[in-house]
Amino acid sequence: MPKKSVSAKDKKEEKKTKKQVTEKPDESPIKKTPKSKIEKEEKKKSSETSKKTVKKSVKKKEKKVKKKSTVEEISERKKEIVLPKKIEESKERREIRSDINKILKDKSLSLYIIDDIITRVTEDKKLKTKLKDIISKTLAEYEKNFIDPAEACGIIGAQSIGEPGTQMTMRTFHYAGVAEINVTLGLPRLIEIVDARSIPSTPMMNIYLLDEYKLSADLAKDVANQIEITNLNDVADIEADLTNLTILIKPDTKTMKRKGSKIDDLLESIKKIKKIDAKIEKKKIKITLDEPSYKKLLNVNESLKDLKVKGIDGIKRIIIRKEPEEGYVIYSEGSNLDKVLEIEGVDPYRTTTNDIQAVGRVLGIEAARNIIIQEAYNTLMEQGLNVDKRHIMLVSDVMTSNGTIKAIGRHGVSGEKSSVLSRAAFEITVNHLLDASRRGELDTLGGVAENIIVGQPVNLGTGAVELVMKRSKKKGK
Amino acid sequence: MATEKKHFNIMNHKLVPFHMIISEKEREELLKKYNIEPNRLPKILDTDPVSIYIGAKPGQILKIIRESHTAKEAVSYRLVVESNK
Repeated sequence: MPKKSVSAKDKKEEKKTKKQVTEKPDESPIKKTPKSKIEKEEKKKSSETSKKTVKKSVKKKEKKVKKKSTVEEISERKKEIVLPKKIEESKERREIRSDINKILKDKSLSLYIIDDIITRVTEDKKLKTKLKDIISKTLAEYEKNFIDPAEACGIIGAQSIGEPGTQMTMRTFHYAGVAEINVTLGLPRLIEIVDARSIPSTPMMNIYLLDEYKLSADLAKDVANQIEITNLNDVADIEADLTNLTILIKPDTKTMKRKGSKIDDLLESIKKIKKIDAKIEKKKIKITLDEPSYKKLLNVNESLKDLKVKGIDGIKRIIIRKEPEEGYVIYSEGSNLDKVLEIEGVDPYRTTTNDIQAVGRVLGIEAARNIIIQEAYNTLMEQGLNVDKRHIMLVSDVMTSNGTIKAIGRHGVSGEKSSVLSRAAFEITVNHLLDASRRGELDTLGGVAENIIVGQPVNLGTGAVELVMKRSKKKGK
Repeated sequence: MATEKKHFNIMNHKLVPFHMIISEKEREELLKKYNIEPNRLPKILDTDPVSIYIGAKPGQILKIIRESHTAKEAVSYRLVVESNK
């Protein structure tokens, strides 16, 4: 959307200037700790600090706000958050828009419709006089298309997704989107989304790059090297010398150059292993043990093979591709949203993953809602199944309604229903009934399943309204 | 849920819609308009990265302006609740 990119750029600039202001060193450690920990830390600090009384007062404020940052910081942030910027419109369009809003008063129309009307009216000036008429007719038509009150939209949604779902391929091993990266698709993927699994079976990321990086192959490669996980085994030969109880590591110059790592970096990461001594000798790394032991040597040898020298945990493989209107884009097998967004050169505002839980963790519940819609819709569309987005939006809304990502099914939405009979009607009937009787639960018969069980009209559709006949007195008798 | 200081602003991510804490007056109008108690609204945790960023406290209501696929722009609300973890 052009609108967003404009505002994003502005904000970026704002951020740059702001960054210097907000980065006060004393706040960062407190920010991420939960409340209880903060209070503990506070106590610790108050006992410790005889240094600065000024700081103390700031911290007290913090406690009041209960939040992990100072009052000033938040108020500063509030200033930074501006309403999403509207695209600059011509004066004419703006006038018509305000006219329409005047006519609408407290009623509302979809923005798309309003935009459409404005375009038409600007094209044909004669229509301007009939604006009131147009709006009232549009409103009538718009309201006619509303879903009826008390309509069972959940069931309609379930059927609308479920019926085309029967056409889906049960097992697909397609290489979709990007060649060489295998992505779960079709029914398995849809189930995965709806189940809100913590880790998808084939995690994947689309990593977009910033302007300077996306046009140059070398810079894109640099970024990719920082992301892709590199083990010591990939860049060097590891030889164990059993007679002298030493290990020799010979870096492979070609791959080292390709991966952009140096021998000093290798040494740094090798030194993290305990109880060994490593030094560089003639472009090789020689490792000796603190206490000579045959078994230990073999152990160290094993751990050296899997030693991470570079990259981000979880990113197994990387593919760089040049996309037509974008430049270089990195696709990765494996996902670690949190870390990848921090890498220099990665565009943190467009990079996404198919790991829904990770999106919820890093970007919040609303972002998770968006990614569920996006993933589910793309999965269905990819199979040629045209499901209306509204149904998927409903599913996504239900899944994120309590602030966490819940699965559809026994462990999530259905298991949390308040009604006993409704839960019993779904799955594991006996357990629910037993537990409920032990606790003495009450069922208010509010939902569908309960009312069917007891044989009452369901509180939906025509069952939701009661009709009372209005008798006229004249004809009555 | 780690929400350490990042070199970027999560609010600008293309997946994150616009969030705002609504004022007391707006809150009353909203509840009156829909004739509901606050807890009938969808929830957002106070440990949510976005709530932490804008400093929302439990009990407050966030206004969310989503980029809708069907209506271009859709306004939604979430009640901030304390997370039990």
